[in-house]
Amino acid sequence: MSVKELHKATQSQEYFVNMGPQHPSTHGVLRLLLTLDGETITKVEPHLGYIHRSIEKMCEKDSYQQIVHLTDRMDYLSCHMNNEAVCLAVEKGLELEVSDRVKVIRTIMSELTRLSSHQLWWGVMGMDLGAITSFLYGFRDREMITDIFEETCGARLTMNYNVPGGVMFDIPANFQTKVKEFITHFRKKLPEYDQLMTNNIIFRNRTEGIGILTKEDAISFGVTGPSGRASGWSNDIRKSHSYSAYDRVDFKEIIRTEGDSFARYKARIDEMWESMNIIEQLIDNVPEGSCREKTKAVIKLPKMEIYQSVETARGELGVYINSDGKKNPYRVKFRSPGFSNLNALNTMAKGGKIADLVTIMSTIDLVIPDIDR
Amino acid sequence: MKAIINYIKEVVGGVKTLINGMKVTGYYISHPKEIITQQYPENRDTLNMVDRFRGEVIMPHDENNEHACTGCQACEIACPNGTIEIIQDRILNEETGKKKKTILKHVYHLSMCTMCNLCIEACPTDAIEMGKGFEHAVFDRSQLTKVLNKPGSKLRAGVEE
Ligand code: SF4
Ligand code: SF4
Repeated sequence: MSVKELHKATQSQEYFVNMGPQHPSTHGVLRLLLTLDGETITKVEPHLGYIHRSIEKMCEKDSYQQIVHLTDRMDYLSCHMNNEAVCLAVEKGLELEVSDRVKVIRTIMSELTRLSSHQLWWGVMGMDLGAITSFLYGFRDREMITDIFEETCGARLTMNYNVPGGVMFDIPANFQTKVKEFITHFRKKLPEYDQLMTNNIIFRNRTEGIGILTKEDAISFGVTGPSGRASGWSNDIRKSHSYSAYDRVDFKEIIRTEGDSFARYKARIDEMWESMNIIEQLIDNVPEGSCREKTKAVIKLPKMEIYQSVETARGELGVYINSDGKKNPYRVKFRSPGFSNLNALNTMAKGGKIADLVTIMSTIDLVIPDIDR
Repeated sequence: MKAIINYIKEVVGGVKTLINGMKVTGYYISHPKEIITQQYPENRDTLNMVDRFRGEVIMPHDENNEHACTGCQACEIACPNGTIEIIQDRILNEETGKKKKTILKHVYHLSMCTMCNLCIEACPTDAIEMGKGFEHAVFDRSQLTKVLNKPGSKLRAGVEE
């Protein structure tokens, strides 16, 4: 041991700090146990369970129609995709083919949900880094989408719009005009996001090169969604296991190779442009047809196992249903994107400062109820 | 020397990006029409809720204080979290001399409701629907347990299970 090392070993002292469970930048009740050396992080240990509601267990007593509304409460910002995942799984089990109209409506609604989720994320990310302005701009544009949701299904956040066999209500008459109005509006407003944040020097310095996640780590931790794609891993379920109407639209999968916080940020911004492209391709030709196939009042799946995954705003959401032929499932398991993405936090934050940890947590877009279920 | 020039360049470039961002803020200060904030609760009178808005479950009654609920319990079964309780009684029908199930109370626990719309879908006689009220704050939680059928109300004639 050299003198310098000896000095360091006797002078430095590790200590623990609890970040959360009530920390504003964890966006919910997540407790991070930080091991610190000065201000440098040597270890991050997430502790879960503060908002565990045992949704998977509750599903075991619910009928298949009732499960859908519980998934609203997991990743509440991607509630439409969560609903869709369960409905697709049940439809797979029933071998029920939904009409083209349903597929297109579901796809448009999913992309609107993704847009609204990313807008909120953008606003909140600015706030985490100390820029409150972005929060107001993000919510301004998100308001238009929630208004569309409200008019379509009566709820703004926990929508419960999908039912096994279709969607609960048909789209209202002014749906198309409203969505087009929003797209025109948002195409003008999205460059403002770049002007306010992306090009801001303080923001750049706080994100570039911070929290690097290599492609290997992304794959081994299963970091999906924009966070994984920013590390160069192509994992878009919409492309690889296409569902609903994604096979008939033309869109790019956003892949970046840097793997740092800025790449994750930029991936989401670019995804918003792509989502708008998808909606524009579909909105003018929503096929005619019924918006809901008739199902039995009591849905019974045959004895089988089903797995269905969808791409939510945060990554791959998998629904596993094990049915024993009764009207309730025997076991339901959700593979939630937030949980896997959180696992990579230690790898990304090690060696950085506490302020960097806040940046990293913002860029992997944590939603705690999704992690805890 | 080079380092100093680079440093100055960086500072100037940085200030430029900040000014660029401030331009957006400046634009909205000078264009107050584009600000979309709603003045709630001042705008309560003009506030229009959309038709499908899910605020609470209500049971519409007509002018004769009659409703369409037969007490079939379909909504109670469809509800995922036990929000609805139907309390029934058997009442003697004088004409036929048989006892018939009749609804006494349609109890609705607003505090447990997740506004999922499943009960409304399940009701065979469309006796309940989603109301547009959303100001549900009360001082005591017992006030959140409501009886949806009004006192003295009857089943509308002609409504069958
Ligand atoms: S809206 Fe849903 S939770 Fe509320 S009473 Fe109806 S079924 Fe139950
Ligand atoms: S409200 Fe409708 S579903 Fe519920 S008990 Fe009355 S008739 Fe039956």
